[in-house]
Amino acid sequence: MRIAGKGLFERTDPLNFTFDGQNYIGYKGDTLASALLANDVRLLARSFKYHRPRGILSAGSEEPNALVTIGRSAAQTPNIRATQQEIYGGLAARSQNCWPSLTNDFMGVNDLLSPFLSAGFYYKTFMWPRAFWEKLYEPVIRRAAGLGELSGQHNADRYDKAFAFCDLLVIGAGPAGLMSALTGARAGAQVIVADENSGFGGRLLAENEDIAGKPGHQWAAEVTAELAAMPNVRLMRRTTVTGAYDQGTFGALERVSLHHESMGDAPLESFWRIVAKRTILATGALERPVAFRNNDRPGIMTAGAVRAYLNHWGVAPGHEVSIFCNNDDAHRTARDLAKAGIKIAALIDTRPDAKVSGDFPVLTGGEVINTKGRLGLREISVRYQGGERTIPTDCLAISGGWNPSLHLTCHMNGRPVWNDKIAAFVPVPDMVPGLDVAGAALGVFSTKGALKSGFYRTKLALESLGMNAPSIPTPKADDADYVLSPFWAVPGKGRAWLDFQNDVTVKDIKLAARENFKSVEHMKRYTTQGMAPDQGKNSNIGALAVLADATGRTIPETGTTTYRPPYTPVSIAALGAGAQGKGFAPERFTTSHTASVERGAPMIEAGLWYRPSYFPRVGESTWRQSCDREVNMVRNAVGVCDVSTLGKIDIQGQEAAEFLDFVYTNMFSTLKIGRVRYGLMLREDGHVMDDGTTARLGQNHFVMTTTTAAAGPVMKHLEFVHQCLRPDLDVQMISVTEQWAQFAIAGPKAREVLNLVLDSEIDNENFPFMACGQTDIAGVIGRLFRISFSGEHAYEIAVPARYGDSLYRLLVMQAETLGGGAYGMEALNVLRIEKGFITHAEIDGRVTADDIGMGRMISLKKDCVGKTMSERPGLSGDQREQLIGLRPVGAIKQISAGAHLFDAGAEAVRQNNQGYVTSVGFSPTFDCFLGLGFLKNGRERWGEQVRLVDHLRGIDAVCEVSDPVIFDPEGGRVRG
Amino acid sequence: MRITCPLCGDRDIREFSYRGAATDMDRPTADAGAEAWDDFVHNRENPAGPTRDLWYHEGGCSAWLVVDRNTISHEITATTLASKIKGAAK
Repeated sequence: MRIAGKGLFERTDPLNFTFDGQNYIGYKGDTLASALLANDVRLLARSFKYHRPRGILSAGSEEPNALVTIGRSAAQTPNIRATQQEIYGGLAARSQNCWPSLTNDFMGVNDLLSPFLSAGFYYKTFMWPRAFWEKLYEPVIRRAAGLGELSGQHNADRYDKAFAFCDLLVIGAGPAGLMSALTGARAGAQVIVADENSGFGGRLLAENEDIAGKPGHQWAAEVTAELAAMPNVRLMRRTTVTGAYDQGTFGALERVSLHHESMGDAPLESFWRIVAKRTILATGALERPVAFRNNDRPGIMTAGAVRAYLNHWGVAPGHEVSIFCNNDDAHRTARDLAKAGIKIAALIDTRPDAKVSGDFPVLTGGEVINTKGRLGLREISVRYQGGERTIPTDCLAISGGWNPSLHLTCHMNGRPVWNDKIAAFVPVPDMVPGLDVAGAALGVFSTKGALKSGFYRTKLALESLGMNAPSIPTPKADDADYVLSPFWAVPGKGRAWLDFQNDVTVKDIKLAARENFKSVEHMKRYTTQGMAPDQGKNSNIGALAVLADATGRTIPETGTTTYRPPYTPVSIAALGAGAQGKGFAPERFTTSHTASVERGAPMIEAGLWYRPSYFPRVGESTWRQSCDREVNMVRNAVGVCDVSTLGKIDIQGQEAAEFLDFVYTNMFSTLKIGRVRYGLMLREDGHVMDDGTTARLGQNHFVMTTTTAAAGPVMKHLEFVHQCLRPDLDVQMISVTEQWAQFAIAGPKAREVLNLVLDSEIDNENFPFMACGQTDIAGVIGRLFRISFSGEHAYEIAVPARYGDSLYRLLVMQAETLGGGAYGMEALNVLRIEKGFITHAEIDGRVTADDIGMGRMISLKKDCVGKTMSERPGLSGDQREQLIGLRPVGAIKQISAGAHLFDAGAEAVRQNNQGYVTSVGFSPTFDCFLGLGFLKNGRERWGEQVRLVDHLRGIDAVCEVSDPVIFDPEGGRVRG
Repeated sequence: MRITCPLCGDRDIREFSYRGAATDMDRPTADAGAEAWDDFVHNRENPAGPTRDLWYHEGGCSAWLVVDRNTISHEITATTLASKIKGAAK
């Protein structure tokens, strides 16, 4: 219920929201949790395994129970913690993991089956009969598992990524963090302050305490205002620093507009990478529950959260509140509630000597042994001083003490150390280089201690950066000692809950110990304690204490698991901001892209490039028809194709030729100016890396081409060879793939087309096969290369990219006047298969020069990359699979790439494998399918018939083996 | 994480690609023998501690760098242009 006069924000703007279809009113400044508690709603969820009714446990991001699904128009986001979701007008929330309703959940039957479902049950049950596991048990268990559901719709929300750099990163804006930020800011450092909440102040917003004579929250507001006005400070609200990474890098999730109905273009979340020279971790501490029978009912909350709801949000979570604790700090909950006029049913303290003052029943040396109220707490049973009694209560505030939030200090595989004085783990210094800890996160629990610690740790950090800290005296603040007596679990019958999210009980921990899973690492994985979204924030220490007790060790002896990022869950969409849909990879377009699309060419991906597949003409309804026509067109008339995507590398220098001799297997220093040569490049292990052509434009000027996919890797390789192996050579290189648009013109009428557009005519004498040189078009500098990938009389012409579109259209138009036209990738592929020209389908990283019939291209006169290793026994010879051509000669006319080859009549099994098929295309020239592949000792087997089997596609064909150069083996057509 | 390129300064690690151990620069002569070549192409030390890597500033100036790095702490203690090291050896 709402308490008039309490709370830190004005309740002037009522907001309508719904939960499970029911309308409620809340106010700007409420979280979903505070607004529901104000409306006396305690039941919010059903637990994961046993579907037990659950309510709100906490007031922060550690909330294990109150996970809801928030709907935003058609979309929905599951597993949102009600304690973190700020309400807005029209917010629609609903419960999860229950059917048909929250109050009446059929899966609650699991709770009755709990004896069969304890820790590790799936190792022991549901095993017989064996067939039932896959067919029945697993599908049923899978359907029952999980909490919230995704909508199944495409996520159209916007997310963003951002980067920031600073001298000092302050994580947490409670008293320690604010002092740290103030110290850094006044010293002139570049400061970033991040807090996961919407407002700065941390526990100061939840407590009735004064700092420097004014209310703590007011002090916090004034410091925040001072920081906000400073240009060297960035304040980040609603920002959780999720992980500590190398070199002072931190990941942080900013919830930008989850608290609004819609914010136009603003992202829902931004994921930040923050690089800080120094960092202060001022993340405070989290209260730990106590384990006792039925300690998980709706209405059982941590004591600190109860007074946070009262003091921050003006909400009393119950009408008759009881408190169960082992420490003095929790007494503040009773005092604050009593002062606000709320009835205190009882304060039960485990310590017989506890000192409590207040006008309410106090039971020292007491323990809560049971609770009643399945859908909402209504009664507790207490054992104290030898007797038992029941106490009616609708809200039980529990506290087992506080755990410093030291998670980030362990993100580089560090472990914390046990401190007996506060019965908690504390950070070990320097586990994350450059990161220090202040305040409650360090185990300094008083407010005055936190303020002092925040200043001092920052002073040290600033000094290590060579900066002077200003003098900031510690303001007057509460300095009470933290007094507690360790207490972990109430002994007795029944299930006492530790991990609320994975439904792990004290019994489960003891079972793990009995079954010899005694290591804390084993206990964790066997019971799944600590593995849920809250990552053990509410159960780690309790479980550890139970395990220690069960195995006769102390807590430090039992050890602890480590912590890993993220501190709280991060949506994958935020991590992948900008990478959905087309954002996943850049699109590279050639200069003829527009013209190709205009002509109706379907564009296919070649790496990041888009290239036209074929150019359909009127009357053609399948791609095959267009492809066949384009192949005939090139062989009989002329075709134009954009080949700009192939890598082009400009190589210059006095020793460029010597450099090429080293990277290629064959000689390039002997190449004449104005000539092009085909080159083969090996890896150092003697296998083929890439092939291409290199043109000599001048004594010290070469232009190398590579295959499209290898452009980057070859460039990297050349730079490696130059800088790391041969820096002595006077040579420079640069990629010019995108600077030159390049087009192939291929076919008997290729020269005719060129002479229609070139400024100077060419003929077979002044421009023979394999010639190259500068050739201008309409005054534009161009480069012409007489090379052929089609086996026809062909050229490639290059112009600066800005002229590409214009030249392409001109060439295609001229070609069409001669009965030719544009051709695409399908036809390009058939043409080169007919000629036995290889691509990376053949040179797939496993073949040698000898395999592809180019063994003699490795010059004997010089060393080159890969030469020595290529001479290893086993990399050549008749047991190798060698490049061959294939043509179907039996009844089955269809062959496929990926098929394997066998001796005719042999069984098509692995042991009989003779080779495989790498490329296949239908050849209109030969009116049949042709293939290229590799066959054991293939060069000696031309004319032989082999069996081609593709088990995946069900093809079994007889093929004749041949020279891979099936069309025009003499090569007369290119020389015409 | 960042690497300090000697030419460009501190750059995000994603601008660089990693090749492997810096021993890749110690190419044997053609006649060094099978064992030397097998070692060069196939064998690598795998230290828990200081190592020398080759990185390529692919998204930047294209410089090849020798990086002194600790495989346990991830600390990078030095970055040097590979061409300077190789040139110096000559």
